[in-house]
Amino acid sequence: MTTKQTSAKTLEPPKMDEKEFLPYKGRTPDIIQRPSRNYWQQAFSKLKTNPSALISLLIIIALVVFTLIGDKIWTVDPYDQDLTQISSPPSFNKKALVIPDKIHYQPIIQPSKEEYTLKTTSSGMSVIGTPTTQFIAFKWQPVAGAKGYQIFRHEYLPQHIDDLGVPLGENEGGEHVSYLDALRLEPIDYFYSIIPIFDEGQSTQYSTIKLTAMDAIPLSDAVELGIIPIHQKTNYLGKFIHLPAHPLGTDYLGRDLLARLIEGAKTSLFIGVLAPLIFVFLGMLYGGISGFLGGKADEIMMRFVDFIIALPFLLFMILFKVAFGIGPGESGIFPMLMALILLSWPSVARLIRGQVLQLKEMPYIQASKLMGANVFHLTLKHMLPNVTGLLLVTLTFAIPSAIFTEAFLSFIGMGVVPPTPSWGSLCNDGIHTLLTHPHELFFPALFISVTVLAFNLLGDGLRDAFDVKMKEDQR
Amino acid sequence: MSETLHTQKTTSYPWLAYAIKRLISGVIAIWFIATATFFGMHLIPGDPLSSEKKMSPQIRKNLEARYGLDKPLLTQYGIFLKNIAKGDFGISFTQENRRVNDIIREHFPISALLGVLALIFATLGGIFLGAFAATHKNQLSDHVIMLMVILVVSVPGFVFAALSQLGIMKINDAFNTDFPIAGFSSLSHLVVPSIVLGLGTLAYLTRLMRSSLLDIESADYIRTAKAKGLSNAQIFAKHKLRNALLPVVTVLGPAVAGITTGGFVVEMIFAIPGLGKYFVEAVQQLDYTVIMGTAVFYGGFLVLTVILVDILYGWVDPRIQVVK
Amino acid sequence: MITLIKHFSLVVFLSSLLTACDTTQKETALNEKTQEITLALTAEPPKLNSLKSADSVSFIILDHLLEGLLRYDQHQQLEPAVAEKWQLTETGATFWLRTNAKWQDGIAVTAHDFVYAWQQVVNPKTASQYAFILYPIKNAEAINEGKLPPEALGVKAIDDFTLEVTFEKNCPYFLELVAFMTYRPARKDLHQQWGNAYAADAKTFIGNGPFTLTEWIHGAKLTLDKNLHYWDKDNISLNRINIPYVTKDPSALFNLFLEEKIATWIPPALGQGSIKKALKEHLPLHKFETGAVFYFEFNHRDERLTSNKHLRKAIQHVIDPYLYTNKVLGVPGNTPAHRLLPKWLMGNKKPLHEEYPLTPISIDEKVAREYLAQAKREMNLETIPPLYLLIDDGGNNGNKTGEFLQEALKDALGLTILLDKQIFKLRLQKQYQGEFDLILTGWAPDYNDPLTFADLFYSQNANNSGKYENPRYDMLIESTYKTTHRKLRAQLFAKMQQILQDDAVVIPLYFRGDIYVMHPRLTGIRRSKTGASINFNYASIIPKPTQPENTAEIEKLPESL
Repeated sequence: MTTKQTSAKTLEPPKMDEKEFLPYKGRTPDIIQRPSRNYWQQAFSKLKTNPSALISLLIIIALVVFTLIGDKIWTVDPYDQDLTQISSPPSFNKKALVIPDKIHYQPIIQPSKEEYTLKTTSSGMSVIGTPTTQFIAFKWQPVAGAKGYQIFRHEYLPQHIDDLGVPLGENEGGEHVSYLDALRLEPIDYFYSIIPIFDEGQSTQYSTIKLTAMDAIPLSDAVELGIIPIHQKTNYLGKFIHLPAHPLGTDYLGRDLLARLIEGAKTSLFIGVLAPLIFVFLGMLYGGISGFLGGKADEIMMRFVDFIIALPFLLFMILFKVAFGIGPGESGIFPMLMALILLSWPSVARLIRGQVLQLKEMPYIQASKLMGANVFHLTLKHMLPNVTGLLLVTLTFAIPSAIFTEAFLSFIGMGVVPPTPSWGSLCNDGIHTLLTHPHELFFPALFISVTVLAFNLLGDGLRDAFDVKMKEDQR
Repeated sequence: MSETLHTQKTTSYPWLAYAIKRLISGVIAIWFIATATFFGMHLIPGDPLSSEKKMSPQIRKNLEARYGLDKPLLTQYGIFLKNIAKGDFGISFTQENRRVNDIIREHFPISALLGVLALIFATLGGIFLGAFAATHKNQLSDHVIMLMVILVVSVPGFVFAALSQLGIMKINDAFNTDFPIAGFSSLSHLVVPSIVLGLGTLAYLTRLMRSSLLDIESADYIRTAKAKGLSNAQIFAKHKLRNALLPVVTVLGPAVAGITTGGFVVEMIFAIPGLGKYFVEAVQQLDYTVIMGTAVFYGGFLVLTVILVDILYGWVDPRIQVVK
Repeated sequence: MITLIKHFSLVVFLSSLLTACDTTQKETALNEKTQEITLALTAEPPKLNSLKSADSVSFIILDHLLEGLLRYDQHQQLEPAVAEKWQLTETGATFWLRTNAKWQDGIAVTAHDFVYAWQQVVNPKTASQYAFILYPIKNAEAINEGKLPPEALGVKAIDDFTLEVTFEKNCPYFLELVAFMTYRPARKDLHQQWGNAYAADAKTFIGNGPFTLTEWIHGAKLTLDKNLHYWDKDNISLNRINIPYVTKDPSALFNLFLEEKIATWIPPALGQGSIKKALKEHLPLHKFETGAVFYFEFNHRDERLTSNKHLRKAIQHVIDPYLYTNKVLGVPGNTPAHRLLPKWLMGNKKPLHEEYPLTPISIDEKVAREYLAQAKREMNLETIPPLYLLIDDGGNNGNKTGEFLQEALKDALGLTILLDKQIFKLRLQKQYQGEFDLILTGWAPDYNDPLTFADLFYSQNANNSGKYENPRYDMLIESTYKTTHRKLRAQLFAKMQQILQDDAVVIPLYFRGDIYVMHPRLTGIRRSKTGASINFNYASIIPKPTQPENTAEIEKLPESL
């Protein structure tokens, strides 16, 4: 780096920054001369005094590590489904009962031909086997004259006959006196009720049984998950085993959320970093050329930039994303990248062009020109180093907004195609189960927020450090 | 915005000439938006006329004729431009016999209302918080406000929306209250959505207001005012606030447009029948005319708002005279 | 530009603001004094023009506004509506219309109104999606394809109140068809006078049903008032149906219901989260089987791998509808589908599934692998290249189901499934162009006969998007056209469902059922699996029980929290 730049810097009117007035460690009032430091050293030393920026930098490094080698540390397959553990909250040491894969007992008892009234109901209900989160089976005493039964499930004690809960199904024929329920069971209390149906209509009375489901895993699933060895599997029947840990819970197909977040980070950060890299580069080229050329060419080039900036961003993001199309089996990352680049480069171009116009008037550039420096020399030696700070800051601020855009598109269902996860699509999945399983939204949203926060704080720090004036509206 | 320079007045109506110039460039910008929309949309693979039940080729032909899809693309483009010039966006593909103009007229006011509420919340909140932070510089309250502000912009809008919805429900449950959760049938339905929508702008304005106040701290006229013996409150109200507000006003233009067009995440989650929600549905349904109408309308709205604010700004602030 | 600015002038803006605000709800779910009920819609009806409507919400609204020749009673049996008597033969049908049926402006509903409407439906200029449902009428298909003028349609008004229909081919289920929306009458004078504006607004809507459309603010509000000219108005007890809410949001709808702002919503269905909340609130829950079946359809075109029967059989033996419906779908109300034809379809005397039960496929990976090995031999392939499953982005069932299929086939057979997720319209296009190997799709019945499902795999059917072609199956379909004999037809359908299973034409997943809530004091609601799924024409409000009892009941609810 040349000292010219440092002098160029000092030519500017001093900025009234509050930090200048604070006692500065290692500087005594009598020493007037500054230590000779170049632009980068200066910026870096300033950055070092900014704790939030440094923490952010650490977070970002941690995120990169998480993304790149996270799957080496947490080796659970993000695509592995476990339908016995759907939407389970975070757990480390969950115990489950090993149960047989199927219950075969289905009693068929002919009801007696006794007299009946519409007020009769079953005289008794009882459980078959152990009620578990995999299935709950129960039977009841046949009701004389019944031609079928309606079966209900409640999560609270029914208060009257209209409050029996979810109608699960109907058994046709009075002799079918059992029911096997496997519909998404949780380890809570269930109240099963039956109402006999007669030729004249349904009974006015009902019978209820309370059953508590316990965590369980069918034998074959336990073998498949590798928790119990295949050759002595029957030994484990009826015993409790430890299920694999899911530190952040599982999703709607029983997949490990942590593993999916690691996998999703690859998508989100890939788009979030690559797109800004490309469009900042393109914007730099375009803006640089425009500013360098100046005059009519500059005006025309900038008009074009104005037009693109005028496009409503999210609307066109959706439109272009859809327009680029997704082929069968593709992840949808490419069209999103394209749309993002297409719509984002102009604001960078505008920034860089402004900076270049300013630089062009600087005495040292003029001097360099007079001394016969060619375009390459000017660009490489003088222009580029002077816009790097601006570029770096722009890039840092562009990353969170790209991550947001990805998340938004995935959120409205127009993002990446499953099974490829992204933080946005994980949020989208999570919002469907927000009421019942909030962890499925919470963790992906947390990752997005922390990442964006880190990049924003780092961007702030860099901006202060490089003393860059951002005129552009960062929205 | 970046083309404003401080020079002497030369003609008697400079802003008028400037306004005309800006308006012309605005019209060109709208033309550009229309063109980008038209070709972007026709790039979308797929057929807006396909339906769940297969239809006969004859019916297809009739439908194509009805929507002018049987003509060459450039002819369609010409007709489209001509109709836009007349302010006619055609009829919707999915909503039989409904003119896109009617759709916009019925649903845009709702988006606009939401946007205006969000903007009022963001502006007042931003100015207040920014001023408060600046006057309590480096105190705890300043740090807390600035931390909140940066936290707010780090959470995706849809997460905020969903969480606030959950929050209202919990409040309703706990206190037996009756706050609306979604839908749109009264102004009260828009309170929470507009807060969620305005948060980002509020954060931005807070930061802007704070730094702008701090910037003028050392200005000559403040020193003069102090020397005159004005009280701090007087200085703040008469000099600081008014001058610090100027940069805030400049960003209002883009903010209006951004909030109004960016509102459709909020519209979707809170089930508010604004125009943004229609746009997303139209894209999924490939409703060509609604997509084009909405995009052009929004684009035009955005362009005109920015221009209007710029012109007003040049007109209001005597120090600034626009020359280009 | 000028027009544009004029359109969005401040006046318009303010006035729409005011209309938006003044809907602050005074309505309650039920108003006993004025005999009004209040409902919500999940979507704005896109087309209230019965000649062209094709969606469930429009059907439901129209069912209150327009009446056809026949209609369904509360037990889903046909009953007279505009037609008093009818006669069905193998070559046609005759309907004798009641003379006191009136349009809402007091003009009599005549046979000419039906002739005109039906001609308009099949007229290719109308471009009605549902034109095909009139194809049993003579010349309908030819007219629809532009080969004959609309006047050639085999329907004739013998006099003002006698309608005679000639069939193209025997149509034993024709009476079910005339209850369908597309068969409802239209007024020639007004249809021609209003042109494109016909049925686009409340002002340009004319009906003959129990209710009239008095207000329609698009996307926000509909009001239906009792039709004073309706022939059976004495039996209509509601004076008004208010629909001031249009929202898809499940929690918003549920909360409106909880706060007694609405009696229910249209079409009513609770999601998983809302069901949990409803249980907590101890609300009575109802179940309605919508009649629709959802399934994976294979692409049977020769160039596709899935045209190999043994590959299909292999997949069929892996996908377990029971597991899928209970665990993956996991929403109460749905029933696992082990066959394509839903169990409510009638055979001869009893439901078809009772008369001709079908043994479900037993899920067996070993058998599946054998089929796969056979398929590989037949196609001379070492490994099966990736197969494409076409889904769309409406809702998230597509994602779930696709990912489930992917993992299930990878685990059991080592097959790779790639998802092709497209926006809805593009999915439809790819579906009909056959650009898929598997597709997640469903079918809702158009009329109450097994043919509405079985017909889907007839080689001549345009909706046969998988292009399944089987001469034996075609022959069975064609045989059903030729006979009205119930037992014989039941036998034919039994054979067809066996072929569908043996040939693994589709993999049925579930029969759709909805859990819903309904205001306990509203009765007489009719639900139907075809056409309009819910109807309030004959609904009535049960008077409130005596005061003290009632307050006790209201207090009970919050306590239970």
